[in-house]
Amino acid sequence: MKADSLPTPRRWSAAGRSNRNRGLFLAGLLLVLGLLSALSVGVGTRDVALADVLAGLGGRLDSIGQAAVAVRIPRTALALLAGAALGLAGAIMQGVTRNPLADPGILGVNMGASLAVVVGVAWFDIASAQAYIWTAILGAGGAAVFVYVIGSLGRGGATPLKLALAGAATSVAFSSMVIAVVLPRNDIAGGIRSWQIGGVGGATFERILPVLPFLAAGFAIGLLSARKLNSLALGDELAAGLGERVALARAVASLGAILLCGATTAVCGPIGFLGLVVPHLSRLLVGVDHRWLLPFSAIGGACLLLAADIVGRIVARPAELDVGIVTAFIGAPFFIWIVRHQRVREL
Amino acid sequence: MTTVSSTLGRIVDGRQRRKSRWLFVIAVLLVLAAAIFALTLVLGQSFTPPGDILRMLLGETVPGTSFTVGQLRLPRAVLAALAGLSFGMGGVAFQIMLRNPLASPDIIGISSGASAAAVFAIVVLSMNGPAVSVVAVVAGLGVALMVYGLSFRNGVAGTRLILVGIGVSAMLESFIAYILSQAPAWSLQEAMRWLTGSLNGAQLGQALPLLVALALFGGLLLHKARDLDALRLGDDMAAALGVRVGQTRVVVMIAAVGMIASATAATGPIAFVAFLSGPIAARIVGNSGSLLLPSALVGAVLVLAGDYAGQFLLPSRYPVGVVTGALGAPYLIFLIIRVNRSGGSL
Repeated sequence: MKADSLPTPRRWSAAGRSNRNRGLFLAGLLLVLGLLSALSVGVGTRDVALADVLAGLGGRLDSIGQAAVAVRIPRTALALLAGAALGLAGAIMQGVTRNPLADPGILGVNMGASLAVVVGVAWFDIASAQAYIWTAILGAGGAAVFVYVIGSLGRGGATPLKLALAGAATSVAFSSMVIAVVLPRNDIAGGIRSWQIGGVGGATFERILPVLPFLAAGFAIGLLSARKLNSLALGDELAAGLGERVALARAVASLGAILLCGATTAVCGPIGFLGLVVPHLSRLLVGVDHRWLLPFSAIGGACLLLAADIVGRIVARPAELDVGIVTAFIGAPFFIWIVRHQRVREL
Repeated sequence: MTTVSSTLGRIVDGRQRRKSRWLFVIAVLLVLAAAIFALTLVLGQSFTPPGDILRMLLGETVPGTSFTVGQLRLPRAVLAALAGLSFGMGGVAFQIMLRNPLASPDIIGISSGASAAAVFAIVVLSMNGPAVSVVAVVAGLGVALMVYGLSFRNGVAGTRLILVGIGVSAMLESFIAYILSQAPAWSLQEAMRWLTGSLNGAQLGQALPLLVALALFGGLLLHKARDLDALRLGDDMAAALGVRVGQTRVVVMIAAVGMIASATAATGPIAFVAFLSGPIAARIVGNSGSLLLPSALVGAVLVLAGDYAGQFLLPSRYPVGVVTGALGAPYLIFLIIRVNRSGGSL
């Protein structure tokens, strides 16, 4: 009797409408992304006339304006890629750890990558782009495992609080090790300090090209694990009951996130808080289904990083603000807001 | 009757034993600090006979010594000792008040607040001298209030306060990085001072505001030492023992922030000294007495020894903050591992 009165058809249609809504959101977000990309090419510390922008996009380098545009194109591309990678990595980490505070910056993964790169540059004379990237990915992976192991010691496994504390402590520890490694080396200190803040300025296609395969692999693994992340979201027991190999699913998804973080950090330096903010905002738009959440986080991350980069170019004219500083200013208040308001267990 | 008097006797005995242990610890720490202080004065790149130093301290002009010791080593050692005392005492006051070793000012953003204000005052507003200290103290108090207010939700949970503090300090640190990247004469030395703390270029003039702050706020803290110790038992228990909890909190917070911020204005936020001193002091002292003074002395020993090691014992010259940071970071991780293992709260 009761089964008849269940509003099954309506619920299906509700789901359909929500899917249409999600489609609309997706279209809107892509539109925003397009607009921001155009802005990113057109706006900067130097005002460039529209004609010059178009000519510059066409590849001409006749005036200073056109040259400025030619510099902005790879920068925009890098911001797009890095933002998408960090947004997606954040969403994966929040899914894998089922932790609203997870973020490549907060969990110390970015700092692990940068410590590895700094050690590599200072002690092992790595120079090639490939070596940079592999070192960064190794560092990111090592830091992720380290933080997860520390955070899941003891009763209750990896609770949000324990993970966040372990990550923050590891980040602090790694950053003082970075300083200790860099400081005696005056020859590399200047370059590493500016890299350490995290930014997309000075990008060239030659620097972007080597990371593309790693990013592609990371995106593929990440997006393909959406279904597994949905199972994991039900809790380990239930996911295992549904036939999911929990540990394997976690490991594969984390590998994707580590590839994305490591490759991004190798080019841009550690950019924090983006991976925290974007998945939360995306969840507000499209809900908790990872098949939607992951692509949205990637696109949203690209939008946010582009926007942050544009803001950084405008607010401090004629100088520039590195994007890592802007994201910290957006992201840290957001982090505090989550700590205050979300139902974070054990807070 | 005999049982009562023997119990009483044991209590008196225990008290005396604890008292003498506490005094012994203080004496040992004092001697240690004084020894490193003397070592810093006597032995640098070159050896200076103690007799010359004594004559110089008594006001004579001794060629050579007046410069190397009077201008270089003495200000450095004095500043190191004062900053160490301030960081050690201010840090442990916070840890006791919030009953959590992670709640030290350098982790919850108060040191970075003071540092950000100091660097803003110096680079952007071109201020110097005691004015910088005042700005740093005010900003430190502001940040402390902000962190406290932001983590207030049906009372302040220690863990929420720590996470909020970590967020706030991330923001402040990127503010420091921004100001430094805008500074006209951007130098790595200056950057290091405001990011990890350094004693390079110390001058005797910087010591005066620090000394005043230490006397004022340190005196206030020591005056409140008994109430602060009662807070370790929990707010309710402390109130039952006759401590005015709210008032004690406010006074302790103002005094501790005042000390930390004035030290930060002089030397930068020397990494982890405030965080390390308390637990080390607790390990040595046990439960034999107040931690304030032992922790202050441990802080002084850490900064003096760290600075000496950073200058002369390591393969290249490091600012003191890097040395203490390298010591403190593994301890921070160790602390978290131990806490997670035991499963209890911090």
